[in-house]
Order: sequence, then C-alpha cells, then structure tokens
Amino acid sequence: MKAGNRIHRFVWLALILVPAAIAWAEYADVIINETSEDAGVSPVIYPHWFHRIRYQCSVCHVDLNFKTKAGGNGITMDKIIEGEYCGACHNGDIAWSPENCDLCHSGVEGLETGIRGGHQTSGPGIY
Amino acid sequence: MNRASISSVLLAIGVVIATPMLLAGQWSSLRKDGLHDPSNPAVRVLQEPAESLSLLAPDTAGNNVDWAAAVRLGQISPRASLDNSRDTEILDTVVVMKNSLTLLPVTFPHEAHTAWMSCAMCHDGIFVAENDANDITMAKILDGEYCGVCHGAVSFPLTECNRCHDVSRQTQAPAVNGDATVQRQ
Repeated sequence: MKAGNRIHRFVWLALILVPAAIAWAEYADVIINETSEDAGVSPVIYPHWFHRIRYQCSVCHVDLNFKTKAGGNGITMDKIIEGEYCGACHNGDIAWSPENCDLCHSGVEGLETGIRGGHQTSGPGIY
Repeated sequence: MNRASISSVLLAIGVVIATPMLLAGQWSSLRKDGLHDPSNPAVRVLQEPAESLSLLAPDTAGNNVDWAAAVRLGQISPRASLDNSRDTEILDTVVVMKNSLTLLPVTFPHEAHTAWMSCAMCHDGIFVAENDANDITMAKILDGEYCGVCHGAVSFPLTECNRCHDVSRQTQAPAVNGDATVQRQ
C-alpha cells in the first residue's frame, strides 16, 4: 500500500511536470497587411517555417530581393502576377498559382503587419 | 496485486500514452493559432505545422526545431537556388568576438550559417566582412540589427544567451560542435 502511494505520487508529479516542461512553439509567421484589408481581402499569413524547409534563406532574401523586414517590400498582386516576389515560385510551375487567393489571404480581421512569434519567447531553453 | 498498485500501473500506462500526445501538442493547429481565420477554406488545405515540425530535430525555444541540426542530420536539404542548380558552399571558420564586457566571448560558427545561406545574405549589407569593423552591441541586436535581423525573429531567440556567449566552442573544430549537438537529441 505504501509503495503504491509512492508510485501514485510520482505518476501525478509526472502528469503535472511533463506538460509544464513543454514550451509552445512560435511560428514566426509573417503577417502582411499593408494594403490587403484596404483592398477588401484578408491579411496575408506567410508561413516562414514551411518555406525554409524547402529553400535556404538567401534564395528569397538575396536572389529574389525580399528585404528582411515585414511589410518593407511593397509587394502587390500586380508584381506577383508579373513574376516578382512570391510570383517567382507561385506561378503554377514551381508552386501553385496566385489565383488561389485564400491560401495566402487567410488571416483574421485586423492583423497588423509584422512577425508573430519573435520576441514572444517563454524563456531560455535548457542550454 | 492490490487495488492501489493495479491503479498505479494503469496510470503509468496512461502517462506513457499521453506523453507523445502532449509533445505533439506543442505546435498549435492553424485553426487555433490566433492568426488564421478558422472559417477560411484554406485552413483545411494548408499544411499543419506539427505535421512537419514534429519530425525535425527538437529544440527548447523558438519554434522548437533545431534547424542547424535538421540540416546537418540530413532531415531536410533546403535548395540553394530556385532551380536547385547551385551547390551549398560551406565556410568552416569560427569568428571569436572577445570584446563582450563581463559576458563570455561570442563564438560565431560560419559553418552552421553557410549551411543555410550564401555570403551575400550578410556581407556586406548586415556585417562588414572584416575583423573589428562591426560595432555590434546587444542593444542593437535587440533592436533588430546585426544578429537580431534573424535571431529573435526567425532563428533561436535572444534569451538563449549561452548559445553565442560560449568559449567552449572556440577551441573545438566545427565537427566536434556538431557531435555535441547531436548528443542532445
């Protein structure tokens, strides 16, 4: 009975500590809403994590001239359709084409341009 | 076996089953991330972060992926150019910055960085490629300059002081650093 209680205590402690040790991931999604909502479409959510799995930083930030500043690029749908910025890949050839409005313009109302996840860390890691 | 120990065993089995579920839960779904509009049809089409990020080398900060390890271990191999025609050029020099006041000197590994980007990403727009030519301070980094262009935004956050302020790496070959990181997995 005593041993059982001890195991119980350990199990309950584990049940509490395991979730407490897990930090919520920050996605560093880039929100772009410079002109979107003014033009009557939802803000753009650019999933940086999804793209970095496929391409190195310099492909977009050097070769395609994306400045490392959210909202600092003056991206318009006209430029994308002409093959600049997102349109370098999102042209129906390398990636799906720009007529899939919803896939980028998927944000909730009123999001502000910026990176979500940066500087919101819940504290240092273990090393 | 008495009733108490049976229930203990059952609880222990529960913990073993629940732990991986809790771990998967560290990546919130698009529907619940506070950014995506749950009524937008895109949330049913776009990839869920947990689907890919949970398979990569784990980390304890940022988006909980050790991106440098993910590349080194071959879990991912991001293309160096749009048409995949360019090879990744690795530079394995380590820059040691000793003027760090009361903190440990900073060691900057070119290897982990060149695995992710070409020289032009940083030189000379962000850093002048010359010793002692950059007046880097933590205040500027926190303000999004120098290392802070990426770190704190899309790379490990600035609360991870001792990943940069670390003298142990300065005397080691980059490969040894790699081994040390792999051991953390």
